[in-house]
Formats: sequence, C-alpha cells, structure tokens
Amino acid sequence: MADTALTEAMLARFAEAGAARVDAPILLDAETLLDLYGEDIRGRAYVTSDALRGEQMLRPDFTVPVVQRHMSHGAEPARYAYAGAVFRKQERDPARPNEYTQVGYELFARDDPAASDAEVFALFHAALAHLPLRAAMGDIGILTAAVQGLHTTERRRAALMRHIWRPRRFRALIDRFAGRSAVPAHRVALVAGTVATEAPHTGLRAPAEIAARIEALREDAAEPPLAAGQVALLDALLDVRETADNALSQLRDIAVDLPAIGAAVDGLSARLDQVASRGIAPETLDFEASYGRTSMEYYDGFVFGFHAAKRADLPPIATGGRYDALTARLGAGQAIPAVGGVLRPDLAAQLEGKA
Amino acid sequence: MIKLGVPSKGRLMDKTFDWFGKRGITLSRSGSEREYSGEVSGIGGVSLVLLSAGEIPRELAAGRLHLGVTGTDLVHEKLPLWTEQVVSLAELGFGHADLVLAVPACWIDVETLDDLDAAAAAFRAHHGQRLRVATKYHRLVREFLRDAGVADYAIVDSQGATEGTVANLTAEMIADITSTGETLRANHLKILPDGLVLKSQATLWKSRVAGMDDADREVLSRLLAQLGAD
Repeated sequence: MADTALTEAMLARFAEAGAARVDAPILLDAETLLDLYGEDIRGRAYVTSDALRGEQMLRPDFTVPVVQRHMSHGAEPARYAYAGAVFRKQERDPARPNEYTQVGYELFARDDPAASDAEVFALFHAALAHLPLRAAMGDIGILTAAVQGLHTTERRRAALMRHIWRPRRFRALIDRFAGRSAVPAHRVALVAGTVATEAPHTGLRAPAEIAARIEALREDAAEPPLAAGQVALLDALLDVRETADNALSQLRDIAVDLPAIGAAVDGLSARLDQVASRGIAPETLDFEASYGRTSMEYYDGFVFGFHAAKRADLPPIATGGRYDALTARLGAGQAIPAVGGVLRPDLAAQLEGKA
Repeated sequence: MIKLGVPSKGRLMDKTFDWFGKRGITLSRSGSEREYSGEVSGIGGVSLVLLSAGEIPRELAAGRLHLGVTGTDLVHEKLPLWTEQVVSLAELGFGHADLVLAVPACWIDVETLDDLDAAAAAFRAHHGQRLRVATKYHRLVREFLRDAGVADYAIVDSQGATEGTVANLTAEMIADITSTGETLRANHLKILPDGLVLKSQATLWKSRVAGMDDADREVLSRLLAQLGAD
C-alpha cells in the first residue's frame, strides 16, 4: 500500500534526524485527557471503561503518551518518532475514517527554540515537497503575548487567555470588556446589590464562592472599558494573513504600539531565519495570526499545517506545533520546551494517486 | 407489513393509543397486560410493536421499524445524523418536555451561560475539579455547552433522580427534562433562562431507511392519509 511505504519513508527520515522510535499504549487514562481538553474530547475520542481502572480512551493522538513517557524517564534533548493507529469518533460525517495512521516526530530541547521549530517544520516540508500542498503557519505565543500586554485587569486578561482557543467566546469577552455589548439587567442588579433569594443553600459551591464572584463582578463593573485603541490593535493582529515575510513586517508595525508582543515577534523572526537557512523561502509560506486557534488547543507557540491546495474537503495532511505548557501540566512540576508534528499517510497517498 | 413502534407502557402509550384512536385506528395490547405485543384494527397491513421509547430511535435508524412514536429528545440524543435517518411526520401534542440546564436557586450570580462559564472557571480554580453536570443526555448537553463556549465542566451520568444529585454533592448542576419545573423547584434548583437545550414532544417518525415493497408503500400512504400526516 502506498501509505505503508510513505510511513516507512517518514520513519526512516525521522531516524536519520536522530529520533528514537517509540510506541504508546492504545488505551489511555481518560481522566488525564479530560483534564487537558475538557468534556469536548468525548465528542472526538472513544471512551470505554472497566470496573477496576475506570474510564479509558482509545488514543486520539500520540502527543500525550509520548510526553508522559519523556517526562517520566527521558534524557535531554530528545527526539522521538512513532507510527500507529489513532481513533476518532466521526458522528457527523460517516465518510471520514474513525481509525487511521499517524506518523509523528517530537523534539524536546531547552536551547534555541527557533532552531527546534524549524527542524520539525523542515522535516515535514521535505517529506511532503512532492505534493501540491499549501504550507500555513501561525504563532499562538504572539496572541497570548498580546493578551498579556493589554492595558486592563489581570482578571480580564485571564478570562481572555482561557478562551484563546474559542474565537467566538473570545470575541464576546472583548466586546464586553470594551463596553460594546449591553450589560444584562440581572448583572446590573447583582452589582447594585438588589438581588436576593429565599432559596436555601444547596450543593458543593459554597456561599463564599458566590459572594466572591459577585464581588469580582462589582470590581469589574468599576473598571474602565478596554480602550478602543487596544481593541483595534488586537483586531489588526488577528487579521494578519500574509506570506510569512510580509506578515513579519506587519507584526513589527503592530509591535510598535503593542510592545508586549515584541519578544514573540522576534521569536518568529528567528524562526523564519532558521527555516530559510534550511532552504525554505518564507515568501512561499502563509502566516495567519489566527491559525490553529480552533483545532489545536494544546499548542501555545509555533503552529503549522500542510493543506491540500485543491482539496478543501480534506483535513490537513500534516499538522504540528509547540506545546511547552503541556509538558508542565503532564510533568508533575517539571517542564521542558517541546515541539512536534504528525502526518497522515492515508491522505498523502490519496493525493499521490491524483497528483 | 408496515411496522409501527409505540412506547410499551405508561402515559405515553395510552396517549399514543388515544391519538391513533381519534383517527380511526385502534391500537391495543394483545393478551395480558404483561405481554408486549399489540394489535391494529381499522387498517390492514400494519403491525404494532411495543417497545421502550428509548429504543425506538435505534430501531427506526436500523430500518426495523417503518414508523415510530417517541420524543424529539431521544431521537436527537441517540441519532447524531437523525435528519438522514428519520423524518418527522406529525407532532402529537403531548409528552411535552424541555431539556434544560438547572443550577441551585441560591446561585444568584448565575443567570446566563456566560455566568455559568465564569462560575465554572472559578469553581475549578477553587476545588481543583471541573464543575459537574449530572444528566443522561450526554451528547446533547456537551454540544450545547460547546457551542455556548462553556468550559471547565464535566458531565456525570445520571439515569434517574437527577434533581437529587446536587444536594447529594455528586454534581453541582443538572441538565434534565422538565415539563412544569415542579421537581426542580422542590429540589431548590432554577432553570437557566438561556439554557434551553431542546424542546421535545411525542412525535410520529418515519424511517428513511426501512425497506418497503409496493404493497407496503400503498399501506403507508393510506395510513398517513387517514392520520392526516401525509
């Protein structure tokens, strides 16, 4: 089969880059994944259970088990390669496979994140060079830096950070903080202290927690709205969608007024230099500031994907990115910068057939 | 033979029998009260299958029933692709029930989904666990909350007495079917005004996949004409 050949070729390529071949269990502890992704993961991953171990999930991807493996006994720096089946529920579209192969590469390294990002990206770029694909990238780190740099309260920044991966909710929060959406009557009354209840207390959420939230709303209501200029800068940033070289200069312009993103934009610049030094011209790559916001929730820096140029119906052929924070959450107090990617040989083979 | 599936017990069965009876088609249980087989008179070529309302969606989707009476809630929860598998022929005007989100009435700070999301974030930060929602409608509730952008919640399964889970500290809030809201009030819960997940009532469904020969098609069109559901 064409995709088996491609899998072997990818694994050989990854081995040449210094990766150790690893495997991962098919059954994963559901609680770990639920804590990371929230309840939504149940819509995408198969859940099963036994009376002794509780809920288990059929692995929806390799990243979590590979990170767990590295965090428990990995040397540094480390490069891993893997290939195997992943399982995804397809409740909406029966034509999409619910079991398919992923081939992946993960790199754990403390030094020179730009070089690590470029190493991973270039490996996938080279492996897919023969296919008619569009390479796109983004940087969640620039978005989070922009949010952290907003002139507003820590509480508002935290609320926005929490919804970076839910663009619609993020937008609703921005509108509220900017005073663009009407404050619900109930909230006005709550802040004014005119809401009371006869209802007895019930449940685990304590009266003090309810009081604390009302106090938080009161404090927030006293805050000035997020300045229109700040919102405009954020909008300009989210709208950046250009070839990578042009995107970089647009971001540099925005950074003049939003200095908080300066370091992250320097990071992008260094990454593009590293990519260029591996023979890939930045003007051939698309950069979208919002790239990866809806589908790649554990990535927190560089994100990338390779899309079939003429097959908008297909999912991306390869995706990847940086997930430093994930290693901290799975590492029980330890963390290490990490970046990786996966490729779907079945989709690549489909394109090869039609190329 | 056209196979018609009807809930096998309780008010839903009685009201379904009434609804058909008013349209000249008599459905009845054959034999003893305990026997789950039925008879149809007033039209030929139709057989009655009595089964649990919760199984009727699956049987329609599998094509083992041509027609079935069950709630909108059950069809939407059990058949993600319901629009491709079944078609609604008639709303029967009973079995009204709304799938709603309900929180403790003492949560005066939570009135909208936006409040709920903020409360869930604070709850997780404070307790180190996600805010638990007790329900048996896992998929409908999950999709509703996802579309609303609510995060940091966990669904816990509750197949009955769901309103009691909050006082029993096994969930912080619930999503359940209610018709009058009486049980919710008795358990000191209130409905979130923008937390209406689904409006449901007993509905006559037709399977899009059940096989029919010419005779079956003729029977079905006569039946639907008589029911005024064509």
